[in-house]
Parts: sequence; structure tokens; C-alpha cells
Amino acid sequence: MSILELQDVHVSYGNIEAVKGISLTVDEGEIVTLIGGNGAGKTTTLKTISGVRRAAPGTIVFDEERIDHMPSHEIVKRGVCQAPEGRRIFPRMSVRENLDMGAYSQKGTPPTEDYERVFTLFPVLRDRLSQAGGTLSGGEQQMLAIGRALMARPRLLLLDEPSMGLAPMFVEKIFSIIREINEQGTTILLVEQNAQMALQTASRGYVIESGEIVLEDRAAKLLTDERVKKAYLGEA
Amino acid sequence: MPDCLTTQLPLRLVGGLTSGSIYALIALGYTLVYGVLQLINFAHSEVFMGGSLAGLLALEALTHHGAQTNAIFLFVALIPGMLAGGVVAIALERFAYRPLRRRGAARLSYLISAIGASLLLSNIVLLWRGRNFENFPATVAPVPILTLGNVQIYNRQIIIVVAMLIMTAGLDIFVRTSRAGKGIRAVAQDPETAGMMGVDINRVITVTFLLGGLLAGAAGVLYGMFFGVTRFDVGFIPGIKAFTAAVLGGIGNIRGALVGGLTLGVVENVGAGCCGNQWKDVIAFLVLVGVLMFRPTGLFGEGVGAKA
Repeated sequence: MSILELQDVHVSYGNIEAVKGISLTVDEGEIVTLIGGNGAGKTTTLKTISGVRRAAPGTIVFDEERIDHMPSHEIVKRGVCQAPEGRRIFPRMSVRENLDMGAYSQKGTPPTEDYERVFTLFPVLRDRLSQAGGTLSGGEQQMLAIGRALMARPRLLLLDEPSMGLAPMFVEKIFSIIREINEQGTTILLVEQNAQMALQTASRGYVIESGEIVLEDRAAKLLTDERVKKAYLGEA
Repeated sequence: MPDCLTTQLPLRLVGGLTSGSIYALIALGYTLVYGVLQLINFAHSEVFMGGSLAGLLALEALTHHGAQTNAIFLFVALIPGMLAGGVVAIALERFAYRPLRRRGAARLSYLISAIGASLLLSNIVLLWRGRNFENFPATVAPVPILTLGNVQIYNRQIIIVVAMLIMTAGLDIFVRTSRAGKGIRAVAQDPETAGMMGVDINRVITVTFLLGGLLAGAAGVLYGMFFGVTRFDVGFIPGIKAFTAAVLGGIGNIRGALVGGLTLGVVENVGAGCCGNQWKDVIAFLVLVGVLMFRPTGLFGEGVGAKA
């Protein structure tokens, strides 16, 4: 049963079409990854799901409801939250306030167990609660970005390049946490340039090039696909 | 030493803090709106005028019914004054700015729209109320209640300064702790991400204009109480001086608006003591030119989220 379905989604910036009619589905409980190079349209796709960009034309259905014309805040309310590219932590808010911003769509004070869930996944955030978000290290900011998105209690979590700019040890850690979040019942759509890690983590994958889906398959099969190996896994 | 810096100084300081408090209240509106939209709401002076006029009308209605005005009536007038300020500010956002935002208009369009809205509002009041100054019904009779050296401080001056401090503190607490306040700061720091976290950006913008409008409306009533008059163009000079104060303090910064307002009030009053009262506005605008030339980020040059 698919929880998210994109159908022939086009997105343009002025005259330039960044996403040229992509279709993809994410089933409940899955981790699906969208891999591709720089400027392939990955981030634009996620932004469009979150309502920051508009699909024109194209339809996006979440949980049997069209969301492609909804403003961002309505989409969050329905259970889609994103840890955006570049983390986008509110720099002059404390870690706690950043987490609270994640829970903005929930109304009222977030319950303790929501904070606890984040602190269990990312213990370091507990020690940094009153520190300004802008003063955290890159890895800590990534944890905060994911933690903040979890505070929205999403049914579908969108992750945009969570490994970007992180030390290799950290990358491993982030991906194991992504699996853990998924095991706790959250469906995940993961955008990555690190195809190796993404395909090892996901159950299915899509390859996007110049705004078009050029390949889709089970992640395990994509890992052994010659074209993927050549273009994204750095193997000859 | 000229006597403006010696014997006259305390008097000038007190006067400066009084008018500076009014500038600060108006400046907060400029700074809040700039924080979330990077837009100078040049029609904000009409918000002040609207508040002042609503206060006058409320007091006239009460005196018309034979009530003897007294100090209590200042508070009675503050309520319609603040509400009117809030309504005018929200209307400006709705009709002068939101249609432009929808179309992703260029910065200059907002400025032209602001000037147009400002002229429209002040001319409506000109046609309606005429061009003569209208007397603001007396509320608080001036009584000196404190003497510092050779200078007497009047109850009305204290009311203005204290009212400003209370309202600024209230605003600061609201922006720091309330849900809407967090939304305002999030939009000021990163509107796109704020939206992705569930913040309704249009609503945050409306609340921001409302807050600025309430404060400017209160300033309009306090101004009427202190100077005793109001009319269609009463907002013009205080409006641009408050803009100067906001820039001086660092536009987008709440504490900056407070410090900028008080500093500007003091500088122009002390300066006027030295050069003559006719130079007061010149001094204030020299400050604006000076800040823009030498420190365009102002005293506390950072975003509204920093201090708020």
C-alpha cells in the first residue's frame, strides 16, 4: 500500500525545468532512496513534496489525499516532515527551541517521550539543549535536523543528503540511526549522493539524472547494476 | 562648556527619553516587520496616526457624553488606539503588501505600494477631519512629581517611559516564549524551513503586523496625551524618526529599537539644546545619514531572532 505517490511531476525555476516528469511511489514502512548526482533534481523533488516548490503539472498523493497544492504547513500537519539539505538549523535558536520548532505542527507543548525518543537516538543533543543551533558542529547539526523532523511525529520522513559533509565514521552512524528510525515504524524517503550507503540502507531505489528517473529497482539489484556502479559507486 | 551640556543637560535628557520612548514604540513595528519580511513598512507612520486619531475619537465620544476626563481616561483611550493601530497595520499587510508577495514582486514595488498606502490613509483622514490640528482631550494633567537637581520630571513623562518599558518587555516575552513568537523568530531566521516545520507563514506575518500596530497605536495615544494635538500628518515626522531609531539600533533587532529610540531622542534633544530647537530634525536625520554611511547594520546589527 503506497503512502506517497508522485505522478508525472514537473518543476520549473523560471524557464528552466529542473524536474521533468518523474513518478515514484513509497510504500508504508519502506526506506526508499533517490540517488543521483549534483543538480539532478533530488532536492527539488523533496522540496516539492514538502510544498516549498510547486508541481506544474503533476500530482502528489499522500495517504490517498492530494497534497500538491497545499502550503507547507498543511503538509506537515498530515505527517510529512523533512530534514532539509544543508540541515537548515535555526542558528539563533537553542537546540531545545529547534526541537520545539519541529513540533510546531503538533500544537501545545511536545510530550516528554518525544524529546526522549530524540535523545535516545542522539544522546549528544541532550547535553547541548541550551546551546545555539548555529554553534553546533556539522554532525551535531545533522542529528538536530533529523531530531527536529522527528518531533513532528512524521509518518513519512524526508531526508535530504544526511551524509553531506560528514566524516566517514559519522556517516555510518547516521545511516544506522536512519535504519533504527525506520524500524520504529517511520517510512523514509532518502535522497543521497552517497549511493553506496543509501542503497545498502534502502529497500528500493530510484536513480535520477537531469530531472528524470532513469532506473528503478530493488536496492540490492541497483548495487550490482553496471550503470549504477559506473556512474555512482566509483567502480569501473 | 556650553550650558546645553551642563546646566541644561538634565532637562534635555528627560525630554529626550520621553520623545525617545515614543520613537522606540514606533520603531519596534519597523523592526518586527523587517525581521520577518526584510521590508520597511513606510506606511507605519499612518498606523501611529490611526492610533492617535482613534484615541482622540474615543475621548471625544466620552466627553461628549459629559464625562469629566481624568488620568483613567488615558488607559481608556489606549485600548481603541492600540486596536486601531493593529487594524490599520493588518489592513496594510493585506492590501498593500500581500498581493505583491503572491506575485513575488521586486523590492521597489513594495516601497511604492507603501508610499501610496501612506498617502491614501493620511488623505482620507485629511478629507474626513480637515487640516487643522485637533485638540486631544486632556487626560493626565501635567504635575511635576520628581525633582532631580534643577529639573522637574512630570508625571506624563514618566507614564510614557514606563508604558514603553512595559510594552517592550511584554513584546520581548511574547516573542521569546509564545508559540507565535517562536514562529516569528523562525520565519525571521529561515522562512522556507519554518514553513517545512509547520509554520503558517502568512499567519506569522499577520501577527507581526498586528504587534507592531498595537505598539504604534499606543504611541499615537501617548503622543496625543503629551503634545495635546493630532491631525492627518501627525505620523510623518515621528514615523521617519522611528525609522531612524530602528536603523540606529540595528533593524530587525528588538532591543536595538529600544536603545535606538532612546538614543535618538536624547541626541536630538541635547543637540537642539546646543544648536537651537529649530535644528532638532536636522540633527535626527544627520544621525540617520551618519549611521547609513558608517555603520549600516546599526548598534546591534543582527536579525530579530538574535535578541528576541
